[in-house]
Amino acid sequence: MKSMKQFFKRGLILLPLSLVLFLSGCSQMAVFDPKGPVAQTQSDLIIYSIILMLFIVVVVFAPFAYFVYKYRDTNPKRKESDYDPHMHGNTMIEIVWTVIPFIIVVALSIPTVETLYELEKPPESEEAATEDTKEPLVVYATAADWKWFFSYPEEDIETVNYLHIPTDRPIEFRLSSADSMAALWIPRLGGQKYAMAGMENTLYLQADEEGVYDGRNSNFNGEGFTKHTFEVYAESEEDYNDWVEQTQNEAPELTQEEYDELLEPGLTTEAEFSSTHLEWVDHGTNDGRDYAVNRHYDLYGELMHLYSDQEAEDFMDEENDDDHESH
Amino acid sequence: MQLDEFFVTGEPLIYAGMVSIVLVSAAILFILTYFKKWGWLWREWLTTVDHKKIGIMYILSALAMLFRGGADALMMRTQLAFPNMNFLNAQHYDEIFTTHGTVMIIFMAMPFLIGLMNVVVPLQIGARDVAFPYLNALSFWSFLFGAMLFNISFVIGGSPDAGWTSYTPLAGAAMSPGPGQNFYLMGLQLSGIGTLASGINFMVTILKMRAPGMKMFQMPIFTWSTLITSFIIVFAFPILTVALALMTLDRIFGAQFFTLTGEGMPMMWANLFWMWGHPEVYIVILPAFGIFSEVISTFARKQLFGYKAMVWAIILIAGLSFLVWVHHFFTMGAGAFVNSVFSISTMLIAVPTGVKIFNWLGTLYKSRINNTVAMMWSLAFIPSFVIGGVTGVMLGMASADYQFHNSYFLVAHFHYVLIAGTVFACFAGLVFWYPKMFGHKLNERLGRWSFWFFVIGFHVCFFPQYFAGLDGMPRRVFTIIPEWMPLNIISTVGAFGMGVGFAIFCYTIVYSYRYSERETSGDSWDDGRTLEWATPTPIPFYNFATVPHVDSQDAYVKLKEEGKTTFEEDELEPIHMPSNTGQPIIFMAFLAIASFGLVFEWMWMAIAGLLAGIVMMVIRSFDYDEGYHVEVDEIKRTERSARGL
Repeated sequence: MKSMKQFFKRGLILLPLSLVLFLSGCSQMAVFDPKGPVAQTQSDLIIYSIILMLFIVVVVFAPFAYFVYKYRDTNPKRKESDYDPHMHGNTMIEIVWTVIPFIIVVALSIPTVETLYELEKPPESEEAATEDTKEPLVVYATAADWKWFFSYPEEDIETVNYLHIPTDRPIEFRLSSADSMAALWIPRLGGQKYAMAGMENTLYLQADEEGVYDGRNSNFNGEGFTKHTFEVYAESEEDYNDWVEQTQNEAPELTQEEYDELLEPGLTTEAEFSSTHLEWVDHGTNDGRDYAVNRHYDLYGELMHLYSDQEAEDFMDEENDDDHESH
Repeated sequence: MQLDEFFVTGEPLIYAGMVSIVLVSAAILFILTYFKKWGWLWREWLTTVDHKKIGIMYILSALAMLFRGGADALMMRTQLAFPNMNFLNAQHYDEIFTTHGTVMIIFMAMPFLIGLMNVVVPLQIGARDVAFPYLNALSFWSFLFGAMLFNISFVIGGSPDAGWTSYTPLAGAAMSPGPGQNFYLMGLQLSGIGTLASGINFMVTILKMRAPGMKMFQMPIFTWSTLITSFIIVFAFPILTVALALMTLDRIFGAQFFTLTGEGMPMMWANLFWMWGHPEVYIVILPAFGIFSEVISTFARKQLFGYKAMVWAIILIAGLSFLVWVHHFFTMGAGAFVNSVFSISTMLIAVPTGVKIFNWLGTLYKSRINNTVAMMWSLAFIPSFVIGGVTGVMLGMASADYQFHNSYFLVAHFHYVLIAGTVFACFAGLVFWYPKMFGHKLNERLGRWSFWFFVIGFHVCFFPQYFAGLDGMPRRVFTIIPEWMPLNIISTVGAFGMGVGFAIFCYTIVYSYRYSERETSGDSWDDGRTLEWATPTPIPFYNFATVPHVDSQDAYVKLKEEGKTTFEEDELEPIHMPSNTGQPIIFMAFLAIASFGLVFEWMWMAIAGLLAGIVMMVIRSFDYDEGYHVEVDEIKRTERSARGL
């Protein structure tokens, strides 16, 4: 029994240590590697909840292990007093283990609700009081089977499957979808929201550090789902402005005809344009919800026969080959 | 329609599936014919209304479905083990995760539990059958035909590929044309009839057919959980029925309920689905709680700690289960207020669940634990389920859920609750009540092997998935990036460990059938507490020769103390029993034909099947068979031979 007690004592000492190890290991993981205030808030909240949850785990596991060990029938050190078959309950202790979980739920609810309201607004940087608060950059993010369109209405540019954003400035994503429901998720910048046709969701994200971050559709929407990804280039304000200017000057204009072709279900490579599709359709409005389906109704059922090592380029090449044949 | 459109072509794995289906069917037909068992099969099983036999058929079908869903799982884990695997392509992978989810929830977990309820509940309350035996047979056949319809989709017509949640607009006619999604709709609709009927059946059985004297708060806890589950079924399943019907109208008859065109409301599907779907997960977990309670108190040889709190916790969980459905789509953008409300209601479920966990610990305190295989499954449940539970609370925190949603964190969570909860309970319950069903125990030594393989495999498989999710791995991707490889390899190894565990479990059944000692006593574990153990083994078809008067919890404990049995010769009276009938299987076969017609949109077949179904209902309405009576002499003979008197 003594060794058992020692074991538990040692275990209790090791616990915070393992927690530290565990959390340091976590810093590699996307959700625990926040690159902006939104992801930071969520990461903090998650770590806070993990600590409370580990407490619960200990509170259950320790007596569980002890009881299973001590009260096993084959325990050679069993005493007469170790068995009480007619014990039916204990009001006091039952109240205690109802109230404590309730308190934990309250302790989790308060920051959860606070954060929920916070996330509905553009993130405020800590220096906001001293510096001028920057207006959020509005980006319309539109999902389609299986590509992303990013429209910058003020800059009048549009990109496909990648976007550039300035650091230290909130981005106001206006999410919608041309067809199936998707979700925009950039784990290092913050949590996701759904992109739906005929509905506009607003998602605020912000990058504080420069870098290239993976973003994707996280909501299953058919055969090309796995490849429904994009990249976020977060860069300094000057670099961002240079990029905008360059795109405005060098990229071709997006025609409705070309846009409709891009909307065809399938994979496509990165592209950029010096105008946006918002000129003729906003899929987030009730009028725009059936734009793609009406045009390509019969194409959604066609299979791409997509294998894991195939990339968008493979399908683009095929398409080009087809074009050559038909010409 | 061309033949090559009717059959699925071009996939070697599916050809292998076809060949094995043909071989297995041929083998079954051959064995039945060779041993002249057709009459036996018809008389003893296909036309039976005996709740014990129906329960056994449910459980056997559920085990077959567990095999099917498990095979799906192993294929997925193989594909995900390494980056750039080409074992499955995207489309095939989509079909497999869709059928895996649907089969496991609808055709494995629920039927397994309903099977155990069928076998055990009437026995626990001292009843001779369920309230509506005919309806019970109907329930089973509707489930079986629904399951078969869904399962043939992978060789005929193509499997559904929009996920078990089948969100519109993806699952609508525009984006998922063809019969695949129709298989989902009709398979669920057909088996849903049976589930709803089961819910009504058990509700009435438990409310009206308890042994004389047995008060509600003296019912065994598994019976309690079945009663509450029945209420959830009756309130939740109609929502699914309506939702499926609306989507069927959309897909087959051109309606626009959930479409992008014509002012449809695709998001309404998600709401309707989860208004059923969330209570559904409690339909599969509450009976599991009941099973664990029975097993733990039996093998701890102790009264259940906090019986009343346990019952109220079940009731509270059932009530809350209808108030949390929005937590499945916090990310839909309903706003901070709505998400706050559902976030808090979700986390509140942790309170009654916590009470249950602590009460099980209380039951273990000052107990004498007999470490049988059934007990091991129940003990393994407690810590495993706690991990699933606390991560569930984390998912319930809406603002954090924006990062967890649709990721492997979620996948790990629901496997932790559904496997550690439901699947462990199915194993525990089957091992526990096996001697009552088949007259012999499952081999304990082999049982331990399968237990350890399955439980260790389970943790190795799913624990790393929490971290994969936190590293940004979304669910339902068919291939991984190199960063996720280490976690995924571990996970795949664990999955195969579970596969080995299941294989050993199946072997245990065969081995025990051949070598296990036959039971002579009705109280197989010597520590039975409830009335099912008061019956002799094998259980006579009428269950109880005389129904004991009950005035306490753990009725059989008291019976044993008083030296009474369920065979008090001077109290014998003729017993009224229902007659066997072939109507339920024929009726449901017609509805299956109608459903098959709807899947392929062959209206002549659908109409013919439905008309035949209506004819069966008319026939039933004019059915004046009142059953028959078992005479006292026959009861005496049966009981004496069963009890070795």
